[in-house]
Amino acid sequence: MLRFIARRAAYAVITLLFVSMATYAIFAILPFDPAALSCGKGCRPNLIEANRIRLGFDKPIWEQYWLFLSGIFVGRNYGMGNAAFSCPAPSFGYSFNENACVTDLVKQALPVTLSLAIGALIIWLFMGVGLGVLAAKMKNSPVDTGATIFVLIGTSLPVFVTGLLFLVFLTIKWNIIPLSLTGYISIFSNPPGFFVYFILPWLTLAFNFSAIYTRFTRSAILETASEDYIRTAVAKGLSPKVVLRKHTLRAALSPIATMAGLDFAALLGGAILTETIYNLPGLGRLSLKAVYDFDLSIVVATTLFAATIVIFMNLLVDILYAYLDPRVRI
Amino acid sequence: MSKLLEIKNLKVSFPTDDGDVKAVDGIDLTLNSGETVAIVGESGSGKTVTSLSILGLHNRASTNLSGEILVTTQAGVVDVVSAAEQDVRSIRGKNAAMIFQDPMSSLHPYYSITNQLSEAYRIHNKVSKQAAHNRSVEMLELVGIPEPAKRAKEFPHQFSGGMRQRVMIAMALINNPKILIADEPTTALDVTVQAQILLLLRDLQKEFKMGILLITHDLGVVAEVADRVNVMYAGKVVESGSVEDIYYQPAAPYTMGLLSSIPSVYGKGTGKLSAIPGQPPSLINLPKGCGFEPRCTLKHLVTGANCVTDKPNLIEDSAGHFARCHLDLETRKIEGKKVAAKGVK
Amino acid sequence: MTALLKVESLTKYFSAKSNSIFGANSGKVKAVDGISFEIAEGETLGLVGESGCGKTTAGRTLLRLLEPTAGTITYEGEDVTKLSRKALHDFRSKMQIIFQDPYSSLNPRHTIGKIIAAPFEIQNVTPPRGVKNAVQEVMERVGLNPEHYNRYPHEFSGGQRQRIGIARAIALRPKFIVADEPVSALDVSIQAQVINLLDDLQSEFKMSFLFIAHDLSVVQHISDRVAVMYLGKIMELAPTVDLYANPRHPYTKALLSAVPIPDPKLERSRERIILKGDLPSPINPPTGCVFSTRCWKAQDICRSTAPQLLQVGNSSVACHFPE
Repeated sequence: MLRFIARRAAYAVITLLFVSMATYAIFAILPFDPAALSCGKGCRPNLIEANRIRLGFDKPIWEQYWLFLSGIFVGRNYGMGNAAFSCPAPSFGYSFNENACVTDLVKQALPVTLSLAIGALIIWLFMGVGLGVLAAKMKNSPVDTGATIFVLIGTSLPVFVTGLLFLVFLTIKWNIIPLSLTGYISIFSNPPGFFVYFILPWLTLAFNFSAIYTRFTRSAILETASEDYIRTAVAKGLSPKVVLRKHTLRAALSPIATMAGLDFAALLGGAILTETIYNLPGLGRLSLKAVYDFDLSIVVATTLFAATIVIFMNLLVDILYAYLDPRVRI
Repeated sequence: MSKLLEIKNLKVSFPTDDGDVKAVDGIDLTLNSGETVAIVGESGSGKTVTSLSILGLHNRASTNLSGEILVTTQAGVVDVVSAAEQDVRSIRGKNAAMIFQDPMSSLHPYYSITNQLSEAYRIHNKVSKQAAHNRSVEMLELVGIPEPAKRAKEFPHQFSGGMRQRVMIAMALINNPKILIADEPTTALDVTVQAQILLLLRDLQKEFKMGILLITHDLGVVAEVADRVNVMYAGKVVESGSVEDIYYQPAAPYTMGLLSSIPSVYGKGTGKLSAIPGQPPSLINLPKGCGFEPRCTLKHLVTGANCVTDKPNLIEDSAGHFARCHLDLETRKIEGKKVAAKGVK
Repeated sequence: MTALLKVESLTKYFSAKSNSIFGANSGKVKAVDGISFEIAEGETLGLVGESGCGKTTAGRTLLRLLEPTAGTITYEGEDVTKLSRKALHDFRSKMQIIFQDPYSSLNPRHTIGKIIAAPFEIQNVTPPRGVKNAVQEVMERVGLNPEHYNRYPHEFSGGQRQRIGIARAIALRPKFIVADEPVSALDVSIQAQVINLLDDLQSEFKMSFLFIAHDLSVVQHISDRVAVMYLGKIMELAPTVDLYANPRHPYTKALLSAVPIPDPKLERSRERIILKGDLPSPINPPTGCVFSTRCWKAQDICRSTAPQLLQVGNSSVACHFPE
């Protein structure tokens, strides 16, 4: 087991290195001048030059990359003399647009995305798996048909349409959920406010995901239900409830758990569409803005973060799978 | 000897888009304590469908069942066909238990052996987990698993095929059922392992005075363990009798054909095997008359009935020996003796 | 009679799953561990054994469907193991295989005409009256209706599908066929039909068979000689009559004893040998004789030295204490 983790950690480091290099390479190829972008439209040439030196854009690209890499461990200094400043370790660079160290920006945006992802995950797991189990149990009944319709709608409506529909109907027309105008509220500071703030984005994400999970759970359960060991369980005299819960669900849950882990990882990279619709100051919105602004440092940082989460969740999911299925040995 | 199980005129059909699949078309069967009754047939004969009906394992929504399946319990006789689901459930594992063909897929891959065995025990007995575990270990020892206490905590994939079947047997017998239904229990096992398992079943039967209903296609296995045999073809019993009747005086053309076509290691191993021509019939479009007629090599000897249009009934040739055929008794006796005389090929 | 096929010390090892950090191989599955035999022209050699003995692996390695780890396979004087890919391609028309599972060995998307015609196309052979004619001839020969040329596998029963597989295998009239459990998946009444067919084809086309099976009764009917395998090694190799009447290796005896006889009086009165224990793992086979862990005759020498295949009477036996 330890060897397995060590091996995966080694691969992870190599992968992350490649990811960062690739991202840097893309920006190196793009035909624009980062220094020119650093101070907006009406910038004068000597200010651009000064920025270039201050932010280190005058150095060759591989040296910039090296400074970036080392910055993660030891921090990084910018400028000289009176205009000097530094971003302490772990430094992912400095955003000239936001005028802040990238690490701080990520730190601010992370809890928002985290809250969004976790809340949505819980809701879609309950709704999706629950409805899937119900549909499988009552196969070909009106409930099953209803679930199928739900799956169709949930998987075909794009997130932004769902989000806007929810906004229009739930908030504006029917006033069920009040519009949250105060910006991000942490769960620790104001729990009710936190829920009001996030409920619509959660429902939007959960709508789409639970449709997928309903379909998946339904077919996983139906498939497992035809396995020989379920027949054995029934032949032993177990009640249908116990058979479903202890035998069928348990077997079907492994692939569901795996999927959930990976979907969650993807979300943590930033649910860009949802964050944009609801104006949530999360990682998604941060990255989006950075791309428009050609802000290399933020883009690299958020990309690396997303990649790390995906790699880590993959590892977690593999370990979880081995735990759930004794036949899988690591 | 007491009657444990009685099946009366059981019919099982599955409605499909192409028509009703008449898997079982009216069979009768009895099982008494201490005896082994075999149901022999090839694929499509209806033997497995029959065995699954006894514990009510068919999906009620998609199966048409008629007739009676009478299981003797302490509280009286339960008719599995007409009883409510809870009543059928109460006999499963307790009065009658079942073991299946493929022991690998019949055990839950995620739960330990003791978990699955204890579960079977605790359905019918209100005991603690520890007590159930002890009983499980006891059963594992009974079926010949070495180091039972240690292996009880392991998982199915850590056992070999033969061991897994022993575990299945332990699980089936943990509540001392009087009826054991074994559906092709050794088909998926190597021949040396099969020998071990059949010996085990015989010993356990003697010890617990169980009635065993053995479903199989292997005429060698039947010869080894069965007391009485029912030969099925296209959903019907075509011959039924003691094991000596079937092998030494086969009375139905299908049985004769089967016996002629099986090779055996104790035979001479020479000459051609006489094969039954043709294929088994479709269960949706069963022949109007005798189900075996298209493949029967003796039909030219039939007088007084039309095999194509008239369905033959089960006639009692001699005490306890029944056959379903239009041929007269004399001819069948002669032909049957011919087959038996050829002996083991 | 010179042998058509000569196999010497054929070995096939598979690497077991690795556990170390960089994926180095740890442990080998010794599926086939040095077997040697000969098959003459027009002869059938039966290869029997239980699961895990290596018989299926041996059959496939013979045709280089799996690459042998060591050993030589000499066919009509040529060393098959040394053939280049191009030469091996041409060679395929001489050595063919019939598979066990009639349900999964036929491509469900091809008509049976296409399946049986494939050998002609692959080997670039144009029969005198055209491919379709040749295919229909072969279909008729194996008992299929030539008019079903355009049907798909799922429209046929198991027995018929196996006939399709046989038709494909004999299409180019190979002199040697590996029949890998060709009747195990079939009903008893159909088995007899297919066995008879194989028998007929063999006499008509003078083919040699390596008949792999676990069913000893079936093997007896079709084989001239039989080899018994256990854990990758041959335990006994003898003419059929001798092997069944007078088995010399303890494992052969146990195997024969375990097969139930379809005769109640005989079956219940004879003496049975019941082997104890389980099959050892092929990753860690026992030292010395591989059967020593379950043999009732085992002595110290059995556990330390692997016995050679030596001639005893008409049979070759790998045992320190043969009957």
